Amino acid sequence: MNSKNKSQTIAQKILAYHCSRDYVSEGEIINANVDIVLGNDITLPLAIGEFDKIGTGEVFDREKVVIVPDHFAPNKDIKSAWQCKFIREFAREQNIKNYFEVGKMGIEHALLPELGLVLPGNLVAGADSHTCTYGALNAASTGVGSTDVAVAMATGKLWFMVPRTIKFVYSGDLKQWITGKDLILYTIGLIGVDGALYKSMEFSGPAVSKLSMDSRFTISNMAIEAGGKFGIFEFDDKTEEFLKSRSDDNYKIFTSDPDAEYEKKYNINCSDIELQVAVPHLPSNARNARDLADIRIDQVVIGSCTNGRIEDLRIAAEILKNRKVNDNLRTIVIPATQNIYLEALKKGYIEIFINSGCAVSTPTCGPCLGGHMGVLAEGERAVSTTNRNFVGRMGHSKSEVYLSGPAVAAASAIAGRVATPEEVI
Amino acid sequence: MKLKEKVIKYGDNINTDVIIPARYLNTISENELASHCFEDMDSGFKEKVKERKIIVAGSNFGCGSSREHAPLSIKASGVKAVIAESFARIFFRNAINIGLPVIVSDRASSLIDDGDELEIDLNSGEIKDVTKNKVFEVKPLPDFIQGIIKSGGYINFTRENIKK
Repeated sequence: MNSKNKSQTIAQKILAYHCSRDYVSEGEIINANVDIVLGNDITLPLAIGEFDKIGTGEVFDREKVVIVPDHFAPNKDIKSAWQCKFIREFAREQNIKNYFEVGKMGIEHALLPELGLVLPGNLVAGADSHTCTYGALNAASTGVGSTDVAVAMATGKLWFMVPRTIKFVYSGDLKQWITGKDLILYTIGLIGVDGALYKSMEFSGPAVSKLSMDSRFTISNMAIEAGGKFGIFEFDDKTEEFLKSRSDDNYKIFTSDPDAEYEKKYNINCSDIELQVAVPHLPSNARNARDLADIRIDQVVIGSCTNGRIEDLRIAAEILKNRKVNDNLRTIVIPATQNIYLEALKKGYIEIFINSGCAVSTPTCGPCLGGHMGVLAEGERAVSTTNRNFVGRMGHSKSEVYLSGPAVAAASAIAGRVATPEEVI
Repeated sequence: MKLKEKVIKYGDNINTDVIIPARYLNTISENELASHCFEDMDSGFKEKVKERKIIVAGSNFGCGSSREHAPLSIKASGVKAVIAESFARIFFRNAINIGLPVIVSDRASSLIDDGDELEIDLNSGEIKDVTKNKVFEVKPLPDFIQGIIKSGGYINFTRENIKK
């Protein structure tokens, strides 16, 4: 560890800033002020019960608590309806500014950045493991549990252990159709599902500076699938451009010192990376999609907090245009927010999806976690742009999920098996 | 606090989807959650846990989602402690926050077998495998985390600190 050298990584600097210090050391436990506390219809009901026990009565800041019913919403059954009702009533009682009702809501990790609710340098705690998505905005953002959210809602503070950082440097030119999903599946395949356990992942290099913000969100989103605490990008002109139309608030940009200490550095040459698929039952089981052509499938899902953004829908529409979904499967497309849905409608993507035989849904996490809108039966297999392929993740314990990006998902929808775009265009 | 219980042994990367499948996340009833704990991975768990109340597992226990329902369902099933080579960080936080003892030990995790009887001293962290007559020393948790455990969880800890 750095005893003389006071150089710090982005993660250290953001955590230090949020406990009003200049320096925090790796491994140290701090009590830090959080900028945003997030909960959804699954995790918040437990948090509300714990919040009531603390006894502050009111949340620490009604503008900094964000509530999104997205997992089993629109209500999938009577019990889920109660959970959504419970968090809605809490939001009303507490006069929560950022509560997003069905019709206005989107999948939380697409919605918050879209609305400019998370800014560079923020410290965000969300009761959802994919809260790490906002690292794409140069924020330190991580998933926590319901009790953590209860404490953060009551006090505005949370304990954090300062993580060590692993740096990933991406270089080279991306092959055609390759997006953030292929880079992150490849990376998780390289380091394993616990390869970044308790660590901050810092993504950098000439190849990621060329990546769209949508692809960066996908990469940060899946940091948790390697066990990561944060998945942070450096701030650049693309981050600035993304934020320009979304927020007028000031923000603070953090960069790692040039001599900051990293636990490890990985140099990844992207020109070698092909379209990736993670086969059951771990996200680290990354394979080249072209080697899986004999895998027949029953369902394709294009959506989720990982890949339900406009870039994903554009790529899927490009491949599905004037082509038909295979008769042996069903394809479900779920734009991640209402704005993305509307943009896809205006650009003609929704018409392409419907003409090709896809079902198009209002935003929901739904099938990703086997909730609703595409649950798998025993023995069924899906190609999905979601983030986990654990046993039973999308339904029956004897069903299977193959994780991919939008290009492989759309091509597979046409072929009826795992396929690459070259095979169907 | 000391425990003397028998072991249910599992492997690596036991994820929250197999601990408590998402289809049951439409309830916050601890008993209902407990009734589905591990059902997709080990249909015998409900019977086993009547006699054996310590889970010993490999690396990355509790990986996946942030659902606190996972440690809650384990705790409500009657499990007294989980020992693993490593824990996924959100599960680790959640377990400490709700008062489910979690112990990190790679040696214990690799040498203890299914059905072994253990004595655990939760204060010192020492684990004794009575069946094999082996003792495993465990590195104590940081003071701050021990403080949460001593208070009986993060909510009590927070209440005590607000009063101060």
